[in-house]
Amino acid sequence: MPMTPSTIELPVTADDYRIARYAAAAIALTVAEAALPSPLPGIKPGLANIIVLVVLARYGWRDAAWVSLLRVVAGSLVIGQFLAPGFFLALAGALCSLGVLALAQHLPSRFFGPVSASVLAAFAHIGGQIALARAWLVPHDGVFYLLPLFATAALVFGTLNGLVAARLLSTPVATPATTATPSTVEPGP
Amino acid sequence: MKERIPDGLREMLAQATGAGHLPWRALLKPGDWLLLVCAAALVAASYPLLWRGGVADRAIVRRDGQLVTELALNVARKYEVTGAIGTTVIEVQPGRARVLSDPGPRQYCVQQGWLTRANAVAICAPNHVTLQLAGRGGRNDAYDTLNY
Repeated sequence: MPMTPSTIELPVTADDYRIARYAAAAIALTVAEAALPSPLPGIKPGLANIIVLVVLARYGWRDAAWVSLLRVVAGSLVIGQFLAPGFFLALAGALCSLGVLALAQHLPSRFFGPVSASVLAAFAHIGGQIALARAWLVPHDGVFYLLPLFATAALVFGTLNGLVAARLLSTPVATPATTATPSTVEPGP
Repeated sequence: MKERIPDGLREMLAQATGAGHLPWRALLKPGDWLLLVCAAALVAASYPLLWRGGVADRAIVRRDGQLVTELALNVARKYEVTGAIGTTVIEVQPGRARVLSDPGPRQYCVQQGWLTRANAVAICAPNHVTLQLAGRGGRNDAYDTLNY
């Protein structure tokens, strides 16, 4: 079927391509992670946050926020959770951790690396989720009974994700490749 | 299959599996260690803080929902309470309490045996009597079980 040339031009910037590519990577990790069994609802490795941390360190908070929120929305669409309770919990967690990351990126980088950002974001994620769950899903202080377990998971996975992000960031060869591609980028497969 | 993987992810996977990286330990800066130690201490502290409430220190006896008496769990004694169909006997020993006898036909509250944890409860419904243990002022007093 012949394509009629579109009369609407949506200018796509290099930023858009970059954000879309990282968001796609984060969504892929979200979907992969959804296949993993979880001992408790709410305890997940949060692998997509590795991408958010890398984007934060490389391109700043604005891009990280885009990637994180696109990940939540599109990821929930893919796994069929859009507008389900899990979606709102993920959104609350993502918003809280983005808020904390906005502050954490001002920590002196001489002493604090991606692991600190990751652990802080993981705790914020859990905090946001528990707060929403307490306010909306389980209006009872009983949810706080699970807090130690969630906090332990946040510490463990936050540390691991942070280490992976730090390792990805410690290889500077990738940076020119990523920033150079948008000029020659194809609209995708 | 390979071309379906987004570029960013493929690049990251390639990096993650690639050799010649810094050792993991070199990725942690001093502040990271400090933060990890503080976080671990907070997490460890949250367990006793939020999961206490196992220790009971008094038994609360109610009839028709009205408080009849509170018995401290440090002295062994027996207490009789007159309910709707007869007399329920509560037995208290240091750290635990039970319904020793009850006029109810099915004896559920008697067969429940010793109660030891805060918020545990034995209900003698036919006689309108309940025995409940309480802990000392913990936040967890508000609930006794949790399920999904």
